[in-house]
Amino acid sequence: MAVLTSSARTQPAGSKPVGMRRLSQLNWFGGAAGWLWLVIVLVPLYWIVVTSFKDQGAFFTQNPFALPTDPTIENYRLVIESDFPRYFVNSVIVTAGTIIPAVAISFMAAYAIVRGAGSRLLAGVNGLFLMGLAIPLQATIIPVYLLIIRMHLYDSLLALILPSIAFSIPLSVLVLTNFIRDVPKELFESMRVDGASEWGMLRKLALPLTRPALVTVSIYNGLGVWNGFLLPLILTQSPDKRTLPLALWTFQGQYSVNVPAVLASVVLTTLPIVILYALGRRQLLSGLTAGFSR
Amino acid sequence: MVVPALAMFVVFGIVPLVGVLLLSFAQWDGLGAIHTAGISNWRTVLSDPALPHTVLVTFEIMFLSWAVQTPLSLLLGVFLAGRQRYRALLAVLYFVPLLLSSAAIAITYKALLDPNFGLGPGLHLGFLTQDWLGKGNLAVGVVIFVVSWQFIPFHSLIYQGGVRQIPTTMYEAAAIDGAGRIRQFFSITVPQLKYTIITSSTLMVVGSLTFFDLIFVLTAGGPGDATRVLALDMYKRGFQANLMGPASVIAVLLVVLGLILALVLRRLGGSTTASQQEGA
Repeated sequence: MAVLTSSARTQPAGSKPVGMRRLSQLNWFGGAAGWLWLVIVLVPLYWIVVTSFKDQGAFFTQNPFALPTDPTIENYRLVIESDFPRYFVNSVIVTAGTIIPAVAISFMAAYAIVRGAGSRLLAGVNGLFLMGLAIPLQATIIPVYLLIIRMHLYDSLLALILPSIAFSIPLSVLVLTNFIRDVPKELFESMRVDGASEWGMLRKLALPLTRPALVTVSIYNGLGVWNGFLLPLILTQSPDKRTLPLALWTFQGQYSVNVPAVLASVVLTTLPIVILYALGRRQLLSGLTAGFSR
Repeated sequence: MVVPALAMFVVFGIVPLVGVLLLSFAQWDGLGAIHTAGISNWRTVLSDPALPHTVLVTFEIMFLSWAVQTPLSLLLGVFLAGRQRYRALLAVLYFVPLLLSSAAIAITYKALLDPNFGLGPGLHLGFLTQDWLGKGNLAVGVVIFVVSWQFIPFHSLIYQGGVRQIPTTMYEAAAIDGAGRIRQFFSITVPQLKYTIITSSTLMVVGSLTFFDLIFVLTAGGPGDATRVLALDMYKRGFQANLMGPASVIAVLLVVLGLILALVLRRLGGSTTASQQEGA
């Protein structure tokens, strides 16, 4: 089908092989699918944004896709006054508090696993992490809840951070070991000859060479934590401990008739991520494809 | 150096895994003391007449969302693998749904599909004006559509990366042998992407066991029990009915199911870990 796109680039124009006509038909098919999907993706997004600037009257009477004739930021004001800045801060704390330690310890573990290739013990540890990929970890939420209660952490942000770190480890270790493995062994050897310790090599050699992978893993896990719903739902209770997705849900329950306000809350909670994505997308997209397509 | 990660993973990953098995033989309301309960929870859950339906819905959503997502992701991934600039731009836009939380997506679609104030009545389109979330079959369809909307972009990117690793010489050789594009797709692209397909399918299938938040916000398992998948069943038994024992039984079923599915998929494709090394 759209395969021809991948080989089209390998053939200089003018030397097109047999079956030219059929080829361009297929190209058209792949392209149509690509553009159609773009429409499917963008229509709801467009609708969220335009509707969030309408007042309720306009929402009920206007064409849903029409631009607001009388744009209002009233909805956004309502969302911000409903304590969303606080939930935003909570989300930032939980996400940063999870990702920084999770990536650091996963990186150390990945380094040890690659450098200690041949060690039965480390291979076993790696196997344990890999098993974590196959298990729907959310299924362990009940014992996690029990554990958090017993640790007297229930209804705290730390209650969200600790399990999130653990849940991030398997995938982070998998991706990072793949990247550290690509560092040429000779580099380690020559540093060793120069008297570098393992910690020195980890910091001065592995760290700079796997930085793209570290960024990818951070963003990917960060997204999961930022958007996480189950842990906050179960492990917290008070409104001042809410993270954004949970706040979104309770806000929706409260203002379900006020659709524009609900959609404004969707826009506001997504905006920080969209901005980060706009800044770091190249890194993320190339890192993701490299990390998963192996 | 491996100790901190191992310790965290053991405490919050492995211990709960063992714990969930133990709790499935216990009686606990989520607050008070925990008592042993023998196999009574298992008996309760396994003889529950609603269980077959829950399992069926879980598999239905798993299979259908896989069957919808895989061909589309593959097609879009191959399309995105082209080097033209506009395709890179499309990839950037495709990714946006992945930035939204499942809660946000569910809330959006709930409003979008509202039979009175949603898109259908707003545009006066009869076929869009249905009680989407009020009828069992439609609600399952909506869940599958929303899941696809959310995750196809991610899987397309995985396929895009996989396609770019296929040596272009293979296509050149096939073209010289007179293989057309469709033939090339099925004889080169698909077999070469075998490991990518396994990886992507594993993520889809195991991931589908955890579609909790999306379904919870979108339909809360309804209408009736039409979209009550195992993960939701676990939550409702445990945290709404305060029956942690039976909920743990469901959790054990989820874990076992996830492991079996991952192992089966791994068998199908040889070893996934081996593929990770070969592909590097």
